[in-house]
Amino acid sequence: MFDNLSDRLNNVFRDLRGHGTLSEKNIQDALKEVRMALLEADVNFKVVKEFIATVQEKAVGTEVVQSISPGQQVVKVVHDELVNLLGGESVALDFTGKGPAVILMVGLQGSGKTTTSGKLAKLLIKQGRRPYLVPADVYRPAAIKQLTVLGESLGVPVHPSTTDQNPVTIAKNAMLVAEKSGYDTLIIDTAGRLHVDEELMGELQNIRQAVNPSEILFVADAMTGQDAVTVAHKFNQDLEITGVVLSKMEGDARGGAALSIKKVTGKPIKLVGTGEDLDAIEVFHPDRVASRILGMGDILTLIEKAEEVVDKKDAEKIAQKIRKNSFTLEDFLGQIQQIRKMGSLEQIMGMIPGLNKMAKMQDMPKPDEKELGKVEAIIRSMTLKERAKHRLIDASRRKRIAAGSGTSVQDVNKVIKSYTEMLKMMQKMKGKMGGGKAIAGKKRRKRPKGLMR
Amino acid sequence: MLGWFKKKISPELQAEEEDVRDGDDVSVVEVAEDSAEPQDEEAEPTSILHEDVGVLFKRLTRKMAKTRGSMVAKVDELFLGKKVIDPELLDDLEEILITADLGAVTTMELVDDARAKLARNELSDPLVLRKTLQEKITEYLVGSDKPAELVMPAEGPFVIMVVGVNGVGKTTSIGKIANKFVNDGQKVLLIAADTFRAAAVEQLKIWGERINVPVISQDTGADPSAVVFDGLEYAEKRNFDVIIIDTAGRLHTKVNLMEELKKINRVIGKKIAGGPHEVMLVIDATTGQNGIAQTRAFSETVKVTGLTLTKLDGTAKGGIVVNICREFDIPIRFIGIGEQVDDLRDFDPVEFAEALFFVEK
Repeated sequence: MFDNLSDRLNNVFRDLRGHGTLSEKNIQDALKEVRMALLEADVNFKVVKEFIATVQEKAVGTEVVQSISPGQQVVKVVHDELVNLLGGESVALDFTGKGPAVILMVGLQGSGKTTTSGKLAKLLIKQGRRPYLVPADVYRPAAIKQLTVLGESLGVPVHPSTTDQNPVTIAKNAMLVAEKSGYDTLIIDTAGRLHVDEELMGELQNIRQAVNPSEILFVADAMTGQDAVTVAHKFNQDLEITGVVLSKMEGDARGGAALSIKKVTGKPIKLVGTGEDLDAIEVFHPDRVASRILGMGDILTLIEKAEEVVDKKDAEKIAQKIRKNSFTLEDFLGQIQQIRKMGSLEQIMGMIPGLNKMAKMQDMPKPDEKELGKVEAIIRSMTLKERAKHRLIDASRRKRIAAGSGTSVQDVNKVIKSYTEMLKMMQKMKGKMGGGKAIAGKKRRKRPKGLMR
Repeated sequence: MLGWFKKKISPELQAEEEDVRDGDDVSVVEVAEDSAEPQDEEAEPTSILHEDVGVLFKRLTRKMAKTRGSMVAKVDELFLGKKVIDPELLDDLEEILITADLGAVTTMELVDDARAKLARNELSDPLVLRKTLQEKITEYLVGSDKPAELVMPAEGPFVIMVVGVNGVGKTTSIGKIANKFVNDGQKVLLIAADTFRAAAVEQLKIWGERINVPVISQDTGADPSAVVFDGLEYAEKRNFDVIIIDTAGRLHTKVNLMEELKKINRVIGKKIAGGPHEVMLVIDATTGQNGIAQTRAFSETVKVTGLTLTKLDGTAKGGIVVNICREFDIPIRFIGIGEQVDDLRDFDPVEFAEALFFVEK
């Protein structure tokens, strides 16, 4: 639905070649696009307004650096400003104070407090601390059980709360137990509540008073929309939160809520949740989130994602093969299967800046289950020799392969074609790596006017 | 409006149900049968709401007003204060719509449209402008509306599969929806196919106890498709009217989890012809523009036939559903407005469009 912001800005600046500096009008046109991008990323309306004003000030009069286009220039200003606002350096958790340190987890229903509590406990163990999990959600059915199960699987002790107890009493009791048993960090998982529920917000204030936490972490869903500011503001106002945990960042939400929350509370985003596994918690990287909010693709995430599914040794082998021109149909099959593990092709392409167009490539096998099954069947119906040397496959062999795999000759042709296309692409990439000779000439002429520089 | 809750008179329903046990690892929380007796006055409200939209509206606003400490004022003030439409008013309007999560694209379209009309002198009265906008938004919402009865099977159990990302309120919504059916005298079965999240099964079981409905489950970590298969097997000889399947929350970007959903879907279809009759996607009202990506991914995986919008009792307006309705042909069935068992309402487009224009003072 939404094009890459860099692409759109390039369109805005298409006629700008030759100008030394960006004029106010140029900037304004560009910022209109930036504004749309931010709004589509769920950054709050008011925050966007303010942000745009700041950027405008900074961008006007900026010299267009020769090497990069004005579009890139604006993106850079915007990006830097975003990183700046999101908080430059990551902030560590605070465990100071007398007695066991207390971390209070708060947030709306379903934002991911309980899961985050479990992850946090695991993280703390790794840091050599002795955490004690305290379930204080006495309202949602089976919430206590949920944390108890998580604790068991982590080997972390869990306070034996029951639903007939008052959360404040639970917290106080847990504190006593921790002191006696030598646990140095309490993680109190409170019930999800609406910020407008005065009674329940009062309960949190009472808990805070009773145990004096060194950290009050506000857990927010990365998919939250415009309402993030209202919620974060109220929680901060009532409880004076000390930090934010952004959950569910492994999805494809652009995460504009991060900026809104940071802006309205002024509190650092300390951690991000990136999956359902108890290991999936990370330190917050402002630059990555900034790129993501701008829809500029997230190369780092992609690399991480690839690392998850691609065996390093395998990857090296493939690279070797590409270099030696011995990338066979068998390898081709392996590649497709790996791509599929990473997510849908469109999604992957979307993460690579400037590669969005490639996603529309026609003969690229779409990683849907049925197609893939076909491709596999076809390649498996070839003899080993054929797989190693696709040129062997003539008309009669194609007929045989089609019959063997239960497909048609056209299907076989398609697979071979995508394979040869891929080979060609690899040749080109190799050329690029080796000095760019291979794509000289022809390619350059094809470029649209506006992109030449 | 929802015609799912028309009372079914089935005397044989009470008669059966004894001693048909499958003796494997399937655990069933059995409940006392006498509870299946429909309570007449409980079943009534649904039909009242059908007749009088105003009643529902009042309840909804009261609910909202209560939780907000009565800080709600209609945007009327914004419009009434002005005699003519000026740029400032249009800016405020833009803010209202975007802040309601309608999204930049839809908002710009609506506001630009208003601007164009203004320029052609077709529009000058602020109140007319508001009315036009509300109508337009209602139109988007109604456009995807489809009679709910259509998805119901002619005979056999009505199978509903509930899907969504993590933490949107699937299990809670299931409890409330099941309760509606129970109040209507229908025989309901819940299947706990969220075998991933710790204690998710227990959560559904507690709901089952609350509303006196049996819950089929297995241990955490079991194959969800197997749970569904066993659940439907159990249901086969027992004449359930409605079977609701709870699935694990999953982010729509997780390919393997979406494949798992496909498999569950297939298993249901194999066991019950035409099933699942309703695939209900639950969307959290606080969700921003990502709601579109969610709906797209889930629809492409399993054909989503209905939406439930939860957590409307907060300050979030849930405007994302306007975009969802525009882009996808999926009707909104219910809205969730609280954690209590009866905090579930039929969706009403007119009312919803009106509520979008509430501003806090």
